[in-house]
Amino acid sequence: MSTQASRSAARLMLSPAVGLLLIWMIVPLVLTLWFSFQRYNLLYPDRSGFIGLANYVNFVGTSGFLDAILNTLILVVGVLAITVVGGILIALLIDQPLWGQGIVRILVISPFFIMPPVAALIWKNMFFNPTNGLFAELFKFIGLRPFDFLGQAPLGSIILIVSWEWLPFATLILLTALQSLSSEQLEAAEMDGAPPVKRFWFIMLPHLARAITVVILIETIFLLGIFGEILVTTNGGPGNASTTLTYLVYKEALLDFDAGTAAAGGVVAVILANIVAMFLMRAVGRNLDA
Amino acid sequence: MGQIILSGVTKRFGDAEVIPPLDLDIEDGEFVVFVGPSGCGKSTLLRLIAGLEDTTAGRITIDGRDATGMPPAKRGLAMVFQSYALYPHMSVRKNIAFPLRMAGASQAEQDRKVEAAAKVLNLTSYLDRRPGQLSGGQRQRVAIGRAIVREPSAFLFDEPLSNLDAALRVGMRMEISELHEKLRTTMIYVTHDQVEAMTMADKIVVLNAGRIEQVGGPLELYRNPRNLFVAGFIGSPKMNFISGPEAQRFGAHTIGIRPEHIGVHPTMGDWRGVVGVSEHLGSDTFFHVHDTGLAPGLTVRAGGEVALRHGDTVFLTPEADKIHRFDQNGQRL
Repeated sequence: MSTQASRSAARLMLSPAVGLLLIWMIVPLVLTLWFSFQRYNLLYPDRSGFIGLANYVNFVGTSGFLDAILNTLILVVGVLAITVVGGILIALLIDQPLWGQGIVRILVISPFFIMPPVAALIWKNMFFNPTNGLFAELFKFIGLRPFDFLGQAPLGSIILIVSWEWLPFATLILLTALQSLSSEQLEAAEMDGAPPVKRFWFIMLPHLARAITVVILIETIFLLGIFGEILVTTNGGPGNASTTLTYLVYKEALLDFDAGTAAAGGVVAVILANIVAMFLMRAVGRNLDA
Repeated sequence: MGQIILSGVTKRFGDAEVIPPLDLDIEDGEFVVFVGPSGCGKSTLLRLIAGLEDTTAGRITIDGRDATGMPPAKRGLAMVFQSYALYPHMSVRKNIAFPLRMAGASQAEQDRKVEAAAKVLNLTSYLDRRPGQLSGGQRQRVAIGRAIVREPSAFLFDEPLSNLDAALRVGMRMEISELHEKLRTTMIYVTHDQVEAMTMADKIVVLNAGRIEQVGGPLELYRNPRNLFVAGFIGSPKMNFISGPEAQRFGAHTIGIRPEHIGVHPTMGDWRGVVGVSEHLGSDTFFHVHDTGLAPGLTVRAGGEVALRHGDTVFLTPEADKIHRFDQNGQRL
């Protein structure tokens, strides 16, 4: 694509796809914005029309609003921390030549293929259940009282479930990055007198910086929208203890049938996502430059 | 100090014996070159000395201390890798200072030694660049700088010039030789290029399939190769080998004669042949002579001005006292 003709031909060929994607993105966004300024409650279809910022005031004034924002951030940061640290450790482990490496790698990757609600239900019923769950059995076995995970630590439990789902992704990306590190660099560091921990800190970790950035950015996109796991385990409760912004929007739209306020909530969520994205790009984005 | 003694050093990968028991003495301050075709075990031998591979059997003694089981960092050796193995995320300064930093040297000492090394290697103006912004030759120098600052008892070079272009390689060859003169530290240098071996070494170790074929000074190997392998490997272009009745005339199974030890004459001589391809280098001309009935082709060196054309008939006369004679096992007679 170097001549003038081929460049303009390329632009021409790309334009339908670009245009379609633009419409695909713009239309829902504009519709959401439109509804967010309308009185639009499914229970009162006769009351409609422009109501200014009332929906926003209403959404921000919801009892769980601040909790929801805080919970969303805690969820994202918590899962990121667990998956990045855990991913590095598991990647280091399965990068070693060990017996049954192929099978171990498949097992490590497999949680990623389980659908989120299924995974959450398995955790809820098989592990967390305070009477029949495996954790309860374990606690009883070592003589402790069973712990009601979803009741006592709802957000922590959800972070655990989501981390379990996303750990394979982080591991996979970090493992491939680890394998692209030249062994001569590690040998050079070894000759230079760096013990294993320093080799990790000074050579491996900087090499992984870009992969870690990719993991953080991609995971954040998906973690901001976590919903299914909350719906099937805690329903946002007890109280608002595990309500995130996404779940609050769902509550407004489909439990309170207030589409207008839900749309306002959607816009708030978009703004929050952009703020998070801006912070992330500031913090880790430069790692993506070559 | 940098005396390295290998006794009975052996390396096996599973069932494959890469290096059969091998003995070698390297004296302090020597420039030793391990040379051999690819896969001959020369890099493995270097890695055994460095400690990056475990020896299967035998002893490695460095400066009188048994280093066989010592970790690489404790052996006091520095290595320059084929890929340079620079740390891409660190500046040149940090790369060179890395071994000092690992040894816990003070910032002032690090700065002083890095500056000194940079001066020796002409890197002073590049100290704040990243390796990715340097040319191949500069990267090579950074790798050497990283080795120098440790003040090792010996330097190990693993084919350090093979990633450079031909002109740069000649230059770096000189620089490394110059460095050796300046530092007078033991250097062990691995290469598959016999020209590098001949030009740089105090002592050449010719390896073949993990065995040492011959050890000696460059000219000693050139003049008195102990067997057919060394005779064929050292010298460029290669020595001509002739076997059969002509060799028996000299009382040998095979005779070898270097291209520069064959006289060329248009009308008279011992061997008659037809000129094939000729390579004009200006100072010399190498003729490939066919149809001599002795060997598939003989290479002959003549002066730069000799005018022989493709298809001309020539007569060749070997210098009788420069003929190398080998028995049927390839050993020198």
